[in-house]
Amino acid sequence: MSVDLTTKYLGLDLAHPIVPSASPMTGNLASLRQLEAAGASAVVLWSLFEEQIVHDEEQALALAEFHSDSFGEAVGGYFPTLQDYNTGPGEYLKLIRDAKEHLEIPVIASLNGTSIGGWLRYGKLMEEAGADALELNVYLIPTDPETTGAEVERQYLDLVMALKESITIPLAVKVGPFFSSIPNMATRLIDAGADGLVLFNRFYQPDIDLDALEVTPNLRLSHSDDLRLPLRWTAILKGRVLGSMAVTSGVHTAQDVIKLLLAGADVTMMASALLRNGPGVLTDALEGLRAWLEENEYESVRQMKGSMSQSASPDPAAFERGNYMKTLVTYARPGV
Amino acid sequence: MGRVVTVDGNEAAASVAFRTNEVIAIYPITPSSPMGELSDEWSAKGRTNIFGTIPEVVEMQSEAGAAGALHGALQGGAMATSFTASQGLLLKIPNMYKIAGELLPSVIHVAARTLATHALSIFGDHSDVMATRATGWALLSSASVQEAHDMALVAQSATLESRIPFLHFFDGFRTSHEVGKIDELSDDDIRAMIDEELVAAHRIRRLNPDAPVIRGTAQNPDVFFQAREACNLYYDAVPDLVQSTMDRFAELTGRRYRLFDYVGAPDAERVVIMMGSGIGATEEAVQALVDRGEKVGLVKVRLYRPFSAEALIAALPASTRSIAVLDRTKEPGALGEPLYQDVITAISEQTAAGNVAWDGFPRIIGGRYGLSSKEFTPSMVAAIFAELGKESPKVHFTVGIVDDVTHLSLDVTEELNTEPDDVVRAVFFGLGADGTVGANKNSVKIIGENTDLYAQGHFVYDSKKSGAITVSHLRFGPRPINSTYEITKASFVACHQFNFLEKMAVLEVADQGATFLLNSPYSADEVWDKVPLETQQAIIDKNITFYVVDGVKVARDVGLGGRINTVLQTCFFNLAGILPPDQAIAEIKEAIQKSYGKFGQTVLDRNFAAVDASIAALEKVAVPATASSSFVRPPTVPETAPDFVQRVTAMMIAGKGNLLPVSALPVDGTFSTGTTKFEKRSIAQDIPIWDPDICIDCAKCALVCPHAAIRMKVYDPAFLDGAPDTFLSKDFKSREMPGNVLTIQVAPDDCTGCGVCVDVCPAKSKEEVKHKSINMMPKLDHLEVEQANFDFFLSLPEPDRTEVRLDTVKGSQMAEPLFEFSGACSGCGETPYIKLMTQMFGDRVTIANATGCSSIYGGNLPTTPYSTNADGRGPSWANSLFEDNAEFGLGLRLAQDQSVQDAKVLVGRFSSDLGDELAEGLLAGVTDTDEVGLAAQRDRIAHAKKILGDIDSVEARRLIAGIDTLAHKSVWIVGGDGWAYDIGFGGLDHVFASGRNVNILVLDTEVYSNTGGQASKATPRGAVAKFAAGGKATGKKDLGMIAQAYGNVYVAQIAIGANNTQTVKAFAEAEAYPGTSLIIAYSQCIAHGIDMETGMSHQKEAVESGYWPLFRFDPTAEAEGRHSFHLDSRAPKITFKDFAMQEARYAMLARTKPEHADALFAIAQDDIDNRWHLYEQLADLDRQVPEEEEEVGP
Repeated sequence: MSVDLTTKYLGLDLAHPIVPSASPMTGNLASLRQLEAAGASAVVLWSLFEEQIVHDEEQALALAEFHSDSFGEAVGGYFPTLQDYNTGPGEYLKLIRDAKEHLEIPVIASLNGTSIGGWLRYGKLMEEAGADALELNVYLIPTDPETTGAEVERQYLDLVMALKESITIPLAVKVGPFFSSIPNMATRLIDAGADGLVLFNRFYQPDIDLDALEVTPNLRLSHSDDLRLPLRWTAILKGRVLGSMAVTSGVHTAQDVIKLLLAGADVTMMASALLRNGPGVLTDALEGLRAWLEENEYESVRQMKGSMSQSASPDPAAFERGNYMKTLVTYARPGV
Repeated sequence: MGRVVTVDGNEAAASVAFRTNEVIAIYPITPSSPMGELSDEWSAKGRTNIFGTIPEVVEMQSEAGAAGALHGALQGGAMATSFTASQGLLLKIPNMYKIAGELLPSVIHVAARTLATHALSIFGDHSDVMATRATGWALLSSASVQEAHDMALVAQSATLESRIPFLHFFDGFRTSHEVGKIDELSDDDIRAMIDEELVAAHRIRRLNPDAPVIRGTAQNPDVFFQAREACNLYYDAVPDLVQSTMDRFAELTGRRYRLFDYVGAPDAERVVIMMGSGIGATEEAVQALVDRGEKVGLVKVRLYRPFSAEALIAALPASTRSIAVLDRTKEPGALGEPLYQDVITAISEQTAAGNVAWDGFPRIIGGRYGLSSKEFTPSMVAAIFAELGKESPKVHFTVGIVDDVTHLSLDVTEELNTEPDDVVRAVFFGLGADGTVGANKNSVKIIGENTDLYAQGHFVYDSKKSGAITVSHLRFGPRPINSTYEITKASFVACHQFNFLEKMAVLEVADQGATFLLNSPYSADEVWDKVPLETQQAIIDKNITFYVVDGVKVARDVGLGGRINTVLQTCFFNLAGILPPDQAIAEIKEAIQKSYGKFGQTVLDRNFAAVDASIAALEKVAVPATASSSFVRPPTVPETAPDFVQRVTAMMIAGKGNLLPVSALPVDGTFSTGTTKFEKRSIAQDIPIWDPDICIDCAKCALVCPHAAIRMKVYDPAFLDGAPDTFLSKDFKSREMPGNVLTIQVAPDDCTGCGVCVDVCPAKSKEEVKHKSINMMPKLDHLEVEQANFDFFLSLPEPDRTEVRLDTVKGSQMAEPLFEFSGACSGCGETPYIKLMTQMFGDRVTIANATGCSSIYGGNLPTTPYSTNADGRGPSWANSLFEDNAEFGLGLRLAQDQSVQDAKVLVGRFSSDLGDELAEGLLAGVTDTDEVGLAAQRDRIAHAKKILGDIDSVEARRLIAGIDTLAHKSVWIVGGDGWAYDIGFGGLDHVFASGRNVNILVLDTEVYSNTGGQASKATPRGAVAKFAAGGKATGKKDLGMIAQAYGNVYVAQIAIGANNTQTVKAFAEAEAYPGTSLIIAYSQCIAHGIDMETGMSHQKEAVESGYWPLFRFDPTAEAEGRHSFHLDSRAPKITFKDFAMQEARYAMLARTKPEHADALFAIAQDDIDNRWHLYEQLADLDRQVPEEEEEVGP
């Protein structure tokens, strides 16, 4: 009897728990088709950035007005007037429509931003374009010492509520690990309307170029080692927080996938591995998962999911331990 | 019927031209370029003509080329048109004769513009159109935006029927750029006027191998004359045919025109005859005078050629006693200007034939008005009618100027105010960059298209490209507005830049009781003491209601940055009360939706928020009874400026040039150089401030400064005596020049704040990396200190040029720039090259400058940037034309060489007076080009002049006049890519071939920068430009390789921001090379759509991608054992796309047409790879260029 690999994520029935997360790989139809062929059970499209949208709008306008009506000999500015500057989500919505038309698997759109603004309306447009679910990717770097943690958290929750108001499809929220209390924040995000969480986002990090003495932000691709952080929090959150859980950051191999499922993830997401080695990685991981389940005589993914979460684990304290210390041996239990 | 639209004259004409033609041959020239640009955009968007096809719009290499293509297209049976003006029209003349001689129906639409004579002018008059009178084209005139639309169709219809080609013209700027409300002709209207049978007949006449004919034969004395007369009947038929066309048009649209339209008293005795936009002012004056009982009238000329004497007589009232014929052109030496002469001929012929109703011959006088868009007002018209009423009026006169030399001008004594009270008259002062004009155009549209009111927008532009000031004149009223002159009594005045109050008298145009809106950083409570005394007095004297709004704050708060236009526009609507407030807000928002909707919701939301916040921020100022300001407007120029600058230049700077009399101006267009230093524009917000502690003496900041506003001097520290305490210096690290100190100094009032110097500064603080050796700081915090510092800096000695290595980056920057503070764009990529050239050779150079950006920032009044050193030496500069610059420069060289011959002969003749040693020294020193030799030769010349001055002979005086030529002089031929790659290429190629010793500097911006960024053959594949709205499909011409192919032309391709050293070397080598030299210099431009602040570092990427390879081809190298072609840059290491996507001209295409962009970018990458492969091979080639026989010459 073959193993049942199906899983449920954001209310969507997926054939198995391995999904490509938002990355350049999921930014065009050709590679989406390759990913589907490689066995992906759903796709998260590349992110539409609030910052990018606003910047593009500003730039298109600035360009159209650049030095126009300034000089008698160049009254019309320096560029021909174009009809459509594609500053909005047009291209993105087309990608959703194309993906829906050509793919069998669920398509999850991704929206990236930090503040409530006009761009949130794109969520509705994404739904209308056919997205099966929406992933909201939030990454806030507070730099003002006056800003409190509570204010930052409020901003997350406001965003979720605002977006949730305009859409009817499920909403996942992708967050970073930098909260004082992740379980509390996760709970409040779900309470605010999120249907699931994605742990954790990876963004550009600054570096310093020693020759030029310049800051050079870039994205470092993840490795399997990076899995440890989400692994801990998945295990802790499982059972404590309602809603689906997807995990990304460090998912490269079948072993990574299995560990996360054991910790309690509904879905595991790959990006760096795909970017580095192509869609075949996903096929390998899927086959590896199937083989491991068979070998260990699991019936289904459902069966294993969360079986090593903190609450189900024989050593729950291990998920909380921060430093090396000698094993705490219990010598005697209080008498009755 | 069509709909009501608000457009300018160019669009009005182009709209008809586009819809009635199949081939449109274009070339950019102000003020007609927008007609071509619109056609290109419409074509790129797939708009069709009335025949259902998309017209083919083709840009040619010149107007002559466009005329050739037009001629060919007509012979090929296509409906074809073109647009042009001024010199462009002159270039079309040869083909115009041909097209008319072959009876090919066509229309050229002309935005009539001044021809260059003693000076170039981009503004309007009829001198260009009048130059075509003999070509055989019918000349049809429009006087307003509506007429430019209507007559475009009348001309198109009449040309088909008559087979005579038509030149349809309207006044440049006054009509071409005036925005007005017009009834648009629908496609059906146009179809009704274009007879398909005639189109078919034109097609049948085409050159066709299936039914071959021959045209353009050579004819001989036996038949040419008769054949030339064979077309007469066609011309004879034109006037009636045009009238019947106009009649048909009237039936269709209700707008009635006649060949000559009369307005005024039916029993008029004094009549003005004229054509063009001045009709608007004249008609108003006539109406006002008739209203007060004067018997005056106006004949409007529509069809000027063929001239119908009968129709003119029919239009004139029988009561006419005297006529003033007005010409907007000047024909020196003629008995009178063309229209005047034609009217006299017509009336005398008709009188002789007995076809007139009057007794005797009316008195006819002729006058010139409005040259180069000189204002023409109802008051001037009143003066003309007054003159006509005199016993013995001036037979030839001018009006609108004060001619105190030949006293031809009429005194305009009476102020005839014809503006009705129910017309709102609003004047706005803004910066080119602040969106004032754009918002005003929008306001005209809002009112024009959403109310029953009529609207007019006229815009006056500055000629400076940085800190350009714009003045908008808007009228709104219940009747069509024909006031074709600027507002002098405004009911509303807005000043969108607070600091203008200190620069100009903005309230001079305000009427009594006007409303004044000031964009002010100060609140209503604070502002009064912050405005100059003159402004306060004007507010009180004119009983002005004064409002302020902090537009910058409102805009910034809603996320619009410095875009204040929406805020000020909203306040205008609120205060002007043209629309009910709620409706005004709604209409503004709708207009915002229309204008900005395509950019996205965020832009829309922010503008909507600006509208909502504006009214609340508007404050009324309580005006005190007396003026009390502690300051007045500073003088325009310093008191130390020369007399001419004080008397004349200062008037121009202050915007009062109209008041200068004829005697104030030079008779031949000759001016002293070096006047920009007297015009302290002080336009920068931030200026660079030097920190000597971390400076590494590299001189890069001074090298790249586009405005010579960052200076470097190296000098003996002893000169620091008396320096202001704030004056900075540091030890200069140099083995060659030990013991000296260095100062880097900003000219704070001349800096435009571009920040390029800071971008290139390589010295960073160890403690705080963002702090460089030069940093942008708020000007107001540093102005006074830096003003004093700069004054002291100027007093420091210039270096001894014989001791400085001028062929190095550092050395060149120690030398004094003789090109400073031009009006070029902030961050201009061209001017650093010119400045460098003047530092290296400015004291010996004559510059031939092609028309374009470099001739505008180089030679545009009121002040010019080429300057002189302490000896009075400096670049001598002239602009001939656009197309002939290489030839012009060669002519300068030939004259120079010939003058040397003459001087040498005369030195021989005076050798006994001069003494053998001096004479021989003078003859031998002719070939000295180095600094030491040159200095010695100049000493000899000075000595010789003294001796010769005591000799009383014609030859001695001739030698004194020419002896300077014995000290080496170089000729630099300077221009942009439009000149070098396109219109001037033929001449340039010929100069390459001449081998003569001229140096050619091509400032390659890869587009026609001056006229607004149209594509040239230097525009690379994939770039979006005007005339290439869909991305340029063909690759860039390799001018360097073409020149290099001659073998004896020195060629360098350089990029100053990518490789300073190679640039300086190339200039030194080009100057030293005794034959023809060509330098092609990469020049970033606002037309590239880049951040101009980082323009120089961006050049590095242009080179690293192989987009702009650096090389030098030195014909002398082989003789020295080197390969003649030397690559100065490395193999491409980044892709074209990586480079290109940082420039809007490429990124825009990727955004709007991604697939098309991908395809073009792929080919563009191939272009780069292939060129690099070719260059690599060339770098290995051995090539011996044969020595040419020495030319007769020095």
